[in-house]
Amino acid sequence: MAALICEVVYRGIFQKNLAARITRGIVLSARKSGRWGIAFGRYGDSPQRNGIPAKDFAIVADTKEELEQNMARYEPKHVDVTIAVDDTLSKGVESWAWYGLQPINRLTVPDGTLLMTSLQSYDSLLQDIHKKDAPYKLALIRAKASFSGLWVYREDHTEVRILGALAKIAPSFLTLQGVGEAIRESEWGSDLKVDSAKKAYERLESRDVTMTEGNAEIPYSFEMPKWWEMREGVTIPAIPVGKPKEAGKGYVPERNPYFKKFTTRTMRPVVNFDTCVKCTLCWIQCPDSCFDVMPDGTYDANMEACCGCGVCEAVCPVENCITMVNESVFDDNASQWEMWRKDKQTYQAWMAEKIGDKNATVRSHGFRFRGQYEKELEKNFEGGGAEITAGIPGENAQHKEG
Amino acid sequence: MAVVTPAAPAATEEDKELLISGSEAVAEALTLADLDVVTAYPIRPYDTVMQAIAKKISGGQLVAEYIVAEGEHSQFEIVKHASTVGARVFCGSSGVGWMYAMECLVVTPPLRVPMVALVGNRALDDPGAFGVEHNDALVVRDVGWMLCWIDTSQEALDTTLIAYRVAEDRRVFLPLAISADGAFLTHSQALTMVPPKSKVDRFLPRYDRGDLLLHPDNPITVAPQANEDWVIEIRRQNYEAMARAVTVIDEAYADFRRVFGRGPENPWFEEYMADDADVILVGMGTISLPIKVAIRELRAKGKKVGLVRLRWFRPFPTERLVAALSRAKAVGVIDRDYSFGSPFGSGVVANEIRAALYNAERRPPLLSFICGLGGREVTLEDVYKATDLCYAAATSGKSDPKTHWLGVRE
Repeated sequence: MAALICEVVYRGIFQKNLAARITRGIVLSARKSGRWGIAFGRYGDSPQRNGIPAKDFAIVADTKEELEQNMARYEPKHVDVTIAVDDTLSKGVESWAWYGLQPINRLTVPDGTLLMTSLQSYDSLLQDIHKKDAPYKLALIRAKASFSGLWVYREDHTEVRILGALAKIAPSFLTLQGVGEAIRESEWGSDLKVDSAKKAYERLESRDVTMTEGNAEIPYSFEMPKWWEMREGVTIPAIPVGKPKEAGKGYVPERNPYFKKFTTRTMRPVVNFDTCVKCTLCWIQCPDSCFDVMPDGTYDANMEACCGCGVCEAVCPVENCITMVNESVFDDNASQWEMWRKDKQTYQAWMAEKIGDKNATVRSHGFRFRGQYEKELEKNFEGGGAEITAGIPGENAQHKEG
Repeated sequence: MAVVTPAAPAATEEDKELLISGSEAVAEALTLADLDVVTAYPIRPYDTVMQAIAKKISGGQLVAEYIVAEGEHSQFEIVKHASTVGARVFCGSSGVGWMYAMECLVVTPPLRVPMVALVGNRALDDPGAFGVEHNDALVVRDVGWMLCWIDTSQEALDTTLIAYRVAEDRRVFLPLAISADGAFLTHSQALTMVPPKSKVDRFLPRYDRGDLLLHPDNPITVAPQANEDWVIEIRRQNYEAMARAVTVIDEAYADFRRVFGRGPENPWFEEYMADDADVILVGMGTISLPIKVAIRELRAKGKKVGLVRLRWFRPFPTERLVAALSRAKAVGVIDRDYSFGSPFGSGVVANEIRAALYNAERRPPLLSFICGLGGREVTLEDVYKATDLCYAAATSGKSDPKTHWLGVRE
């Protein structure tokens, strides 16, 4: 009597097909050793929005009855393996209003495994991953996040690397041979992919995480209202208007207190307040109204509201005034403007470090130049996913120079 | 005329096992049934069936007319007409999409059109929501649609084949809606046995509309305007067709078991540990899963609880259900629907069963529960609570007239 429950936490749209392949692959691999299984997505997560954290699940069990036992929940309440295919998800997951911020390891059982694709160090990841009241294992596949679009799929072997790693983590359910057979039989399988799964199996890194390790932040949470507390007529109160930032100057809008949605973000804008010309474009164009107006007329991207879409960077007319930088190099959501006001030199040094790191400014999704995909694939195959291609900081840098 | 899909090369007699969702299982069945015309208009969760059929057609496994309509109303109207000229048709919708097609849904049974539809059960707006409620399909319960509820991908595939066999039987010629719980069934991939075409051909004859075929060689007028001299006789015909469907459904399941070597002996409802049960819980669709798991837990503690999962709601298996339920000391009906202002404020299924039991020799106390609306998880705790209330009624011997809402924040 045994069952293996896995969740795949992924970025909506960008990793939708990746997650589906992984969960299907788990069930089909386990089927090779006579297990029963089911693969399904968290229904509320679809239709998805770009980057919103979403979940797929796979349950495999020795018997059909035991499978039912574990399927009786709408979604699993405990999982043996949490799989995150983008390491910026380590900061937590908020899919919907009232869900609060859910630590990435929230459902992972004691002594279970959090399996991630990441190039970060364990220590760096554990600054983001919340503390858990039980020990667990953090297992890493050295690869950058695999992002596709709705209509394209990035064939960089991430799905089979995860399956190969799972054969190492849960060998009694997924054998490497079973994984290989399942990959070969699937419509997207190939011998090369079987090799990639084997490499991931051999190269998987893992360490124990104790109860004292991790981000000590208490994630925000809410209690949902009772039926008689809710306003009738399917009506909800509007968000009130905002207030001046300070001393009657600037403007900070009120925002939905129950849905901050910043865990959607894989990159954040870094703003050079010294070169800002106060043209208002970032503030007007931001689809999430995330910019607060500062008393001096500059605009501060509020990191509790920014979804990281990059529109501000694209519309900003000043070269390198707004630069999108990967979320993994930040530790908190503190105001950039406040940091700049306090000490402009320190801020400039901090900013130069952030936007000068080409590994961090490469787009998390999409491509910067023709042929980038092929180049990345080449290096990924050779290096087991470790190589990454540097991008050009500033989406419109070329145009701005002209 | 109907287009025949060419038989796949090197057809095997063996079933093949696929990891597919309930929606994909329906598409597998439609391919095996050699569907002729399908109309599509997207709405969750029904759209997953559309997508699966489109893939079958684009992959060359199915040759059929795939007509994208501009709305659900047209969608159902198109297949209704296609069916009158002899095409095997399929259609479907969910929630308010099903409602938007209401005029077409209502005119289909009197025309004796054997349309097979899938309702991916979805809460009716407002609020706009995707989760399962059974009220969408249930609104056509009085107008001549056959209605059944399925539970697994396997049952989705099997029931779709059975549906054509039943609906297209000349004794019936009524539309049939298969209801699949949104999310739990439409979006979950489970291991499913897909039979070979050769077996299906032995089970499912070609659709023969006979003297009702709209064709130049058989000149007829369909649906002329009628006054009070004609309407009640037409209704009486429909009444008779629905009554005949009972026999046809029994036959179809027996034949299905003969050909495919699987399928239930009792087509009408699944009984799980109900033989010796003191308390029987009744529900439709995937709600059976938490109930079965809870029953196993309760049995381990010595509580004799059983489940009757109703498959067929129209025609309603009155006598058989009464026979199965009147053995119990108490019956608890868990509705994944509502019927505001109804007798006792109960759900639709609870009140149907109350009515069915009225003439019974032995009427056990009946309790009504409303649970899992809008896709809310039906928890084991909900089932335990329902069971406790049923045991209390079994002890007192009295029906509790109150309708209990389970799993509501209060």
